[in-house]
Amino acid sequence: MEIEKSLSATYDSKSIDILEGAEIEALKASSAGVIPDPDEWLNEEIKRNIFLTTLDWAINWARRSSLWPAVSFPACCAMEFMSAFVARFDLARFGMENMRSSPRQADLMITAGTLTWKMAPQIKRVYEQMAEPKWVIAMGACACSGGIFANSYAVVPGYNHIIPVDVYVPGCPPRPEALLYGIQTLQKKIARMHNTITVPDLKKALEPEGVQGSA
Amino acid sequence: MAISTETFILNIGPVHMSTHGVFRMKAVMDGEVIVDIEPVFGYLHRGIEKLAEQRTYTGIIPLTDRMDYTASMSNNLAHCLAVEKLMGIKVPERAEYLRVIMVELQRICAHFLAIGAILNDCGAWGTPMMYMFREREKIFDLFEMASGQRLTYNYMRPGGVSQDVPEEFMPALKKLIAQLPGYFEEYDQLLSKNEIFLARTKKIGILTKEMAINSSASGPVLRASGIKWDIRKADPYSIYDRFEFEIPTGKTGDCFDRYWVRMQEMWQSLRIIEQAVKQIPTKGEIRSKVPALIRPPVGEVYTRIESPKGELGFYIVSDHSIAPYRYHVRSPCLINLTTLRDLVIGWKIADAIVIFGSIDICMGEVDR
Amino acid sequence: MTVALSGIEVARKLAEHFTGAIVESSEKAIVISAEQLLPVMDYLKNNPEMAFSFLSDITSTDYFDYFEITYQLTSLEHNHKLTVKTRCYDRHKPVVPSVTGLWQGANFMEREIFDLMGIAFSGHPTLKRIFLWEGFEGHPLRKDYL
Repeated sequence: MEIEKSLSATYDSKSIDILEGAEIEALKASSAGVIPDPDEWLNEEIKRNIFLTTLDWAINWARRSSLWPAVSFPACCAMEFMSAFVARFDLARFGMENMRSSPRQADLMITAGTLTWKMAPQIKRVYEQMAEPKWVIAMGACACSGGIFANSYAVVPGYNHIIPVDVYVPGCPPRPEALLYGIQTLQKKIARMHNTITVPDLKKALEPEGVQGSA
Repeated sequence: MAISTETFILNIGPVHMSTHGVFRMKAVMDGEVIVDIEPVFGYLHRGIEKLAEQRTYTGIIPLTDRMDYTASMSNNLAHCLAVEKLMGIKVPERAEYLRVIMVELQRICAHFLAIGAILNDCGAWGTPMMYMFREREKIFDLFEMASGQRLTYNYMRPGGVSQDVPEEFMPALKKLIAQLPGYFEEYDQLLSKNEIFLARTKKIGILTKEMAINSSASGPVLRASGIKWDIRKADPYSIYDRFEFEIPTGKTGDCFDRYWVRMQEMWQSLRIIEQAVKQIPTKGEIRSKVPALIRPPVGEVYTRIESPKGELGFYIVSDHSIAPYRYHVRSPCLINLTTLRDLVIGWKIADAIVIFGSIDICMGEVDR
Repeated sequence: MTVALSGIEVARKLAEHFTGAIVESSEKAIVISAEQLLPVMDYLKNNPEMAFSFLSDITSTDYFDYFEITYQLTSLEHNHKLTVKTRCYDRHKPVVPSVTGLWQGANFMEREIFDLMGIAFSGHPTLKRIFLWEGFEGHPLRKDYL
């Protein structure tokens, strides 16, 4: 059987670039403000007088002790993240054994590096591909607020313009011990999450909107 | 009956596992073989050249740290040499020797990372990287003693260095340079004759001499193709003419040669450090008298040094104000990537990753 | 030790072969007119005495009246270096001939100048933006940006 190679690539590089440019400009126009940090649920315990059940405690313990980070290292903080990963400051003893290349299998994004407007749609895409529950640690000064490059024409002043951030770790770059402290803070935050659904919530969730009772 | 095939486009990056940062390649593939490739950069473009026009000459030094973040001391040195050439400043002896020691230690550090990354790309998942990082941590301890920082040092200043090293530095350095040959031999034994590594890198991605010179490649990439050109010997800066060392060159210009040249350069760096430690004056000034706000005379300068990645050049135009009029960085990683397209076409995608890893780039410098 | 060739000496040699190419010459650099840039560069690369086979760097500077493009050439054989400049006086659509035919390494360097300074290079195989995205307005390194 013959194989006939038709090496015609119907591939227009310029139109791919124009599409990418349009996406970046659209994202830049829509991210003028800062996305608020997700911390309202920390006060829920007090507001609604709910205490964490043993089941909640067990689920939180499992989640916080096996956080798997997603791959996302643009710049210099990546070197300190790698140093935190290898033998001297071992991150594996905190459960972060695997660095998952596929964001669908990860639940933590440690953003190690400066975010530029050209990279922003890709980071947003990676964040949206992660499954709930997911958390974000902003590592380094560039991730918290733009850092030393804050007034540059191509730099996003902080990851919280694009994705919601849970823990901020300052430093330029932060030492591996600082990153470990940030991860432990996140673990304390996860320990207070409320997971189990109470019966009134379930009823409300199942009832279709605008319809009274069941047909 | 004939089957017809078509090419398809595969997008590699910018978020990918290979530890070189945010780099994207649009590859046109025919099955597993790459037919055409187009690299896309700019995902880490932070506008350093424009930011430098708004900062004083001393204030640009932290910006230079963050360009090639695997070799921050080299970037600092190149900037300080350029400013010193503009102003005509002479650096005191002890500062010169300290600079050479720091830069050569940094070269060993950067080559460790480069070799670890090449092996990571070959598929030795993390183990050589972990071994290399063990040594890097020892060198980071020394840098932390001298400058207070592990990664972006901000150590050198126009006219010398910012602070003298503490007393514990020299004994710790002597202890480390006694241990390093043992580690180099361990890696040589494990890697240079390893069958799998040889099969993955020998005769892959051959860069000929003419192509290397025409593409302005520099550093280990140029030397692996057999061209003996090292700026430390050809155009000596600082006090490199006082040291004896050799320039290792490869024979064929394949990926293995690029790894081997880096391995041998680490031995030569160790030789330079040993000589510097013998010759360094025990006491002396570490910075010459330089005004706090530097105002160079009107003029321009292009200074180049041999950084671990290649020829790093700084072009500064000054108009007698406290900030430069134009600040340009000749980035070795960006220019070495000119060779990527010719090297990769015709190879399978797994080989393309190894070839790209052997050129050894750092995205902070490519994009600036 | 790499010898920095004197601009005045090189200008004298070039004046024998090319008339009207040299605009200015000083110790440090020679300035060539943009129309004669390609023949002069060809001579500098291929002549056995000069043999500038290695192009170190191309940069551009914005002096308000004109753009100045600086080429740093190195010879690996003879171990000497030279700085060559050319000027472009058009501010709205500046065009300069491209040297990618002589040195392939100029490819990315010229694309960077096009991206950040807005100077187009005629004869470049793929002249498009390299660091910033398509759709970015303006050229950041110009002095009248922001």
